[in-house]
Amino acid sequence: MRPSASRLLNILVPVKRAVDYAVKIRVNPQQTGIDTNVKHSMNPFDEIAVEEAVRLRERLKASVTSIRAITIGPAKSADTLRTALAMGADSAIHIEIPESAPSPEPLAVAKTLRAVIERHNAKAAKEEDKVDLVILGKQSIDDDLGVTGQMLAGLLGWSQATFASKLEVDVEKKEVFVVREIDGGGEELRCRLPLVVTTDLRLNEPRYASLPNIMKAKKKPIEKLTPADLGVDYTPMFETLKVAEPPKRVGGGKVANVDELVAKLREAGI
Amino acid sequence: MLPSRAYARNWSRFSRANFSSAVHPVPSSHLTSVSENDVAHFAKFLAPASIISTLSSKPSSAEELDPFNNDWMGRFHGRSTTVLKPKSTSEVSQILKWCNQKRIGVVPQGGNTGLVGGSVPVNDEVVLSLSNLNKVRSFDPVSGILVADAGCILQSLTDYVAPHNHIMPIDLGAKGSCQIGGNVATNAGGLRLLRYGSLHGTVLGLEVVLPDGTILDQLTTLRKDNTGYDLKQLFIGAEGTLGVITGVSILTPPAPQASNNVILALPSFDNVLPLYQTVKRQLSEILSAFEFIDRTAYDLAVKHGQGRALADEETDGAECFVLVETSGGRREHDEEKLNDLLELLLSAEKPLVNTGVLSQSPAQFSSLWALREGVTEAVSKEGKAYKYDISVPLSLFKEVVDNTREHLRSKGLLHDKAVKYVLGYGHVGDGNLHLNIVADAYLPEIESALEPYIYEVVASHRGSISAEHGIGVMKTHALPYSKSAINIELMKKIKHVFDPNGIMNPGKVLG
Repeated sequence: MRPSASRLLNILVPVKRAVDYAVKIRVNPQQTGIDTNVKHSMNPFDEIAVEEAVRLRERLKASVTSIRAITIGPAKSADTLRTALAMGADSAIHIEIPESAPSPEPLAVAKTLRAVIERHNAKAAKEEDKVDLVILGKQSIDDDLGVTGQMLAGLLGWSQATFASKLEVDVEKKEVFVVREIDGGGEELRCRLPLVVTTDLRLNEPRYASLPNIMKAKKKPIEKLTPADLGVDYTPMFETLKVAEPPKRVGGGKVANVDELVAKLREAGI
Repeated sequence: MLPSRAYARNWSRFSRANFSSAVHPVPSSHLTSVSENDVAHFAKFLAPASIISTLSSKPSSAEELDPFNNDWMGRFHGRSTTVLKPKSTSEVSQILKWCNQKRIGVVPQGGNTGLVGGSVPVNDEVVLSLSNLNKVRSFDPVSGILVADAGCILQSLTDYVAPHNHIMPIDLGAKGSCQIGGNVATNAGGLRLLRYGSLHGTVLGLEVVLPDGTILDQLTTLRKDNTGYDLKQLFIGAEGTLGVITGVSILTPPAPQASNNVILALPSFDNVLPLYQTVKRQLSEILSAFEFIDRTAYDLAVKHGQGRALADEETDGAECFVLVETSGGRREHDEEKLNDLLELLLSAEKPLVNTGVLSQSPAQFSSLWALREGVTEAVSKEGKAYKYDISVPLSLFKEVVDNTREHLRSKGLLHDKAVKYVLGYGHVGDGNLHLNIVADAYLPEIESALEPYIYEVVASHRGSISAEHGIGVMKTHALPYSKSAINIELMKKIKHVFDPNGIMNPGKVLG
């Protein structure tokens, strides 16, 4: 039985191409940033987001009409979209910016995503074609800012559930049950669609991309847009003054007994 | 770079009575045991921390010596009273000079990760640990030539050359613990041999302390030097029976700019050989590894959490798996070649592979490798392993594994209390199969069922009874299966030239 008209899910998954987490980071000599001539891959939290979208489809079957991946970045970012497509996304959107341009700031990213969603929803022929669930990584591992999802929810006026470690969607009721990771443990929320969710580490373990899916991914469509097409200004509002490595660890010393420890602590002025 | 996996040493799984009878050696009558006088002598030139002995003035307990007396698999056990950990080549020289005069047996030991009992004493010989000789002496980033102390851990050397965009020419599962001196002494093969060749080619020079204490300094950094007999080749692979390696000069290749790997699930083992030919042809110079693991090996690796498993749909109906690695200078070029290969494989009329998984990030790259590298550890966690590292024609890999299983079944040894699993994995590209028999316990009946059966099978195919693991103490009696009497006679003569008193690693290699 086909799910009734208003009970379908359209998922948008923003992904970011970031320095791979296993890379040893080095600060550039000018101390303005890090050496980016290293291996990049999809931000691990975004991988979890794509995986969650694909798992939702596996659970809810035909209720999930579309999974769209989107990225903002230079030409190389298309690889990240291909990975998302290979994991199971249906189509992708590439907001292309020049190679030399600085990485867009979270507010600009959120505004871009809002523009894409509003543009799509305005053109949607039926209510059921509108994007109603956005799953993002809670933060990207290159800047660790962790604010894009929240800003997007604010701009759209949608509910938000961040640091999700569990996600259950009831399409019939248009409700989502989320467990959030907080300091004290897990906070359980019931949210109404449309919803912005950001993923935390324990939500799932992303799958490997299998060869047949990688081959299929090459034929899936990638739409290309520019920030100008969406009317979003990427002029940075922040200026990075300096990037430096933390001070190198110096060796400790062993003490023979408690008295010596106390003496050393006094020496150090503690 | 992800931290390498130093294996967990679980000494509590040792039972001192757990001897392997066929390799229980006869104590050498021509050697002297270490005495308190000897330890006092060593204390004159070694730092107190460099001596672990039950005979010293501040004696250690026998348990402190366990990690040095017992091998990694828990199969071979020595009874040494004294472990020495010199900090310099000259200290090594002084130790050997004394031991040679007093006819005390010496066992050089690196990371003690060997799989043939070559690094632990057969009786109460002194254990000479190279662990404190662990400095890099020099590295030339232009030529890639690295000069290091023998006790440097392989992973540390890999980390050292990485910022200069170089890699070590060898790579093996034990990299977090094995030392370069040991690697050279055993002519370790490993996962990169297909691409970079053996240590006989990449080692440029050695510093060796001979059994009489003489320091033979052949630590050249010359790429080409044809001046007389190349003595270092004797020490490479001699397993510590001709001298102690204290320094290594080795050529490190440039790090690949792009690395990729893919695990392919094959419906039948018969496809491995044609797959290898296709892969070689399509990938040509970027192919850097071609490893095979059978279904049992894969399941064990997953069971013991060695790496993330493939999805069930991907492993359904797979009889074995192949891991292919590419390393090249240009990412786009390599990916194109790899994609063409994969499309060719999947779209063939009679596909050689069911499906496969291609790594999408460095993290997944490591995870896929972990499935292959972790088989050794998984086997150890599952039970007691009998390992046969053999070279036989590639087409016979599966047959050898299946026949061994049948052979054990016919002897009534295939059950939970004896042999639990028979599996195979290995370096297809090098014709090297690691046949593993996982047992509940080391039992003499299992051993007599396996030997000489396996050696006879290997000899019948003119293969090697030890492709890369070496002879150690485990295979001394089996040497004649792969080397003729003339060969062995000459080896004994050479041994006598270097070590007339027979103190170097007694009971190993030549017996």
